Amino acid sequence: MSNSSFDTSKVASTNATAATAAKPTKAGVVANWADERLGLGTAMKKNLRKVFPDHWSFMLGEIALWSFVILLLTGGFLTLWYDPSMAEVTYEGAYDPMRGVHMSASYASTLHLSFDVRGGLLMRQIHHWAAMLFIAAMLVHMMRVAFTGAYRKPRELNWVIGCILLLLGTIEGFTGYSLPDDLLSGTGVRAADGFMKASPVIGSYMSFFIFGGEFPGEAVIPRFYVAHVLLIPGILLALIAAHMLLLVYHKHTQWPGPGRTNDNVVGYPMLPVYAAKAGGFFFIVFGVTAVMGALLTINPVWQYGPYDPTKVTAGSQPDWYMGWPDGALRIIPGWESEIFGYLISWNVMIPILILPPLMLMVLILLPFIESWVTGDKREHHLLQRPRDAPTRTAVMVALMTFYGVLWAAGGNDIIAIKLHLSINQITYAFRVLTFLGPIIAFIITKRWCISLQRHDREKVLHGYETGVIMRSPEGGYSERHLPISEEKAYSLTARERDEVWSPESETDANGIPAPGTRVNRLRARLSANMFGDNVQPPTREEIEAAHHHAEHEHQLQSALDGRSADGHQFDGHHSVEGETLSRDD
Amino acid sequence: MSTLEERGSDNTPAVPEPIPNPGLPAHTWRPTDVDPAKEKRAERQVAAFFLVSAICSVLFVVSYFAFDVGDNWTTFGGLGASTLFLGLTLGIGLMSIGVGVIHWARKLMADHEIMEMRHPAASSVEDREATVEALNTGIEESGIGRRPLVRNSLLGAVGLIGIAPLVALRDLGPTPNEVAEDADYPGAGLYRTVWQQGMPIVRDAIGTKIKAEDLEVGDLVNAAPEILYPTEENGWEGALEGVEVQITKSKAALLLLRMDPAEIQAAPGRENWTVDGIIAYSKICTHVGCPISLNERTTHHLLCPCHQSTFDLADAGKVIFGPAARPLPQLPIEVDSEGYLVAVSDFDEPVGPSFWERNKG
Repeated sequence: MSNSSFDTSKVASTNATAATAAKPTKAGVVANWADERLGLGTAMKKNLRKVFPDHWSFMLGEIALWSFVILLLTGGFLTLWYDPSMAEVTYEGAYDPMRGVHMSASYASTLHLSFDVRGGLLMRQIHHWAAMLFIAAMLVHMMRVAFTGAYRKPRELNWVIGCILLLLGTIEGFTGYSLPDDLLSGTGVRAADGFMKASPVIGSYMSFFIFGGEFPGEAVIPRFYVAHVLLIPGILLALIAAHMLLLVYHKHTQWPGPGRTNDNVVGYPMLPVYAAKAGGFFFIVFGVTAVMGALLTINPVWQYGPYDPTKVTAGSQPDWYMGWPDGALRIIPGWESEIFGYLISWNVMIPILILPPLMLMVLILLPFIESWVTGDKREHHLLQRPRDAPTRTAVMVALMTFYGVLWAAGGNDIIAIKLHLSINQITYAFRVLTFLGPIIAFIITKRWCISLQRHDREKVLHGYETGVIMRSPEGGYSERHLPISEEKAYSLTARERDEVWSPESETDANGIPAPGTRVNRLRARLSANMFGDNVQPPTREEIEAAHHHAEHEHQLQSALDGRSADGHQFDGHHSVEGETLSRDD
Repeated sequence: MSTLEERGSDNTPAVPEPIPNPGLPAHTWRPTDVDPAKEKRAERQVAAFFLVSAICSVLFVVSYFAFDVGDNWTTFGGLGASTLFLGLTLGIGLMSIGVGVIHWARKLMADHEIMEMRHPAASSVEDREATVEALNTGIEESGIGRRPLVRNSLLGAVGLIGIAPLVALRDLGPTPNEVAEDADYPGAGLYRTVWQQGMPIVRDAIGTKIKAEDLEVGDLVNAAPEILYPTEENGWEGALEGVEVQITKSKAALLLLRMDPAEIQAAPGRENWTVDGIIAYSKICTHVGCPISLNERTTHHLLCPCHQSTFDLADAGKVIFGPAARPLPQLPIEVDSEGYLVAVSDFDEPVGPSFWERNKG
């Protein structure tokens, strides 16, 4: 290609503009210098003032993001002293009770970090707290996204990335807390060896390859280390970057409200307000984890002692996010079967090798199942209140209940000791609750949502309850309702009507039903179950009729209007400035 | 539903609005926007937060040099003066910056909400068509569709080269069979432990031999093979080195319990595996391999603290509760000429967690 084909018409003028600008600002000078080399102007032009809507729940993902940054910073500090080696050494550091004890170099260096490096224990504790926070924030952020329907088109892929981040975060946490090679974490690695060995066909090979021979070997800590500080963080970083890029590209979802529609996004610009708020929030999250690291002891490995395969402490538990598969592992009956002389350990495979990946698949598929049932291919940028999607909310609460029951089962020994109950009975109860709990939770949540929807509809049609009881001339009593504000009424009704999908509607121009009728019947039944009972927002006609009715009632009650006895002084919905409670006539 | 499908191409869901959109509420000025005194005050507040942070940073440096980490780790409620003060100064210093910046954003930065229009996530139809066309042109020009020989041989080559990294991972570790056959430490492999005929049973942690008569009924002893406690006299010096010690421990850990012989229900074939009511079991749980440690003295029940599998030591180590599927392996024991407990042989089955080919050994 010859040079003449480049468009040079703007080069001179750009330079000229920069040169002739009356008095360029300092920021402008820097921006020009950078743009002439990087050409970021086009992208930055839009993004510097990009709009982010405001809501407290949008902060949850931010906590996860900042925790990750804190993990990178504190983790970098820890690597300067930590020695990922299982070579046997004799501890000679500052911590008296362990002096002279034989241990692995990794445990000894963790003690060295804790007792001989100033700020080392602090950084270890900040790192561990931030890890807990990272996964907790991801989990809660994921629930926010699901409960509000933010995972609908076009954000399904970002949901998938989020689910993978949750999985990777969990593995990252496990490899991380295994590194000190103390008695507690070693017990966890011992269990992980049991999990691997329970895998059909390749189990013992997997274990021997990962441990470099027989458990515990000398290889596993260095291998976990490289996974923990390089491989997994690398993937996490890449996926987080993709997650953020998609967020910017899709623009953030927002709650419906006056002026806030599916076609726009209303909020503060990235520069300066959102940058300041988000940037400031990083310092707050870091500050909070630092204070936690100072005040709350976490994972005091010096109390556990070095790993010894013959020792274990009572109440051995993994970090909280591994608690739910551990609970499943505790309450499953001892099922094992043999085929052709080979052993299948269902008692390990089901809770550890099958259940967690299955749960992840269910999570990943949620938006796709939902859009298949609804047949909805449109983009959704307005959030739904959890009550406005009763089935989705109920499914989420059922999943949470399932998770919660298993998580509690992971502490069945602690519950037994604290409540003086029999561990056997608690375990049987958890077995039943694992199946029954989610079903009950689903039913209650769904009905609860629908009655809340009904309440919203009442508010739009008949106003809010003032708490003022009126007596009619005939002697009947009724509660006075006053209309809610127009903005509130709009926010409550600005949602779509649910449509129950039926196979009949899936016909072509000639009325020929679409193929795949069996699948269609399933889809229709699911759709009817999902949406059939939902309460729809009132139509314009219904609102008008209701208001007409209300006006009539008000006329009957008009003698009281403007008087102190009309009750609105007490309901918090109206300004009462300048009014007194005394009768003014 | 056809209406929904039709709207598929249109990115705007038709929100049926029973109430017309009242539009964005009017902007209201904050006190700091209209009252210069309040504005000044907010400005001072923000600066005060930054000042607090600066003071904390100085205090952090002071704490770093003032408190010695090694000696004082138990002071201040077990937190350690160094850790406590470094953490508090760092934490408050960071938080003050955060609070100051957010206060600045909330009180002093412009708070006009602005609006942006959304665009469909999809590219424009023209762009998409152009891309598809470019893609097709590229594919066409490469000739990958017209030259199946090139395509298929490439697929084969790429697939095969993928084997290289997989094969290269082979040396991550020896296979279970290689360990069993080639490893030069006693009891190597999944099917064997270090226990063998005549191996003295010693107390864990101290390594002293155990006389049968020294055990009372009801005593539970954590035991180990003597090879783990080498001395010049017992001749085990150099038998196990480095990592082999941990491997041996993880398989050979033993529980000794003395019961009333009448209470023991010996499994068939194990009638003479005990000595005067002293019975020996593997300490490694058959579930996922935790060492079992919680003993109920009156019932002879042993509970694994990891997942609560419970074994009945009087009844051949049978599982009576919990997720474990198999009884604890039992070690046949006898007394030597001096009255010390020794093993008769190795376990007659693999110890520890189940694995696929366990019953094939």
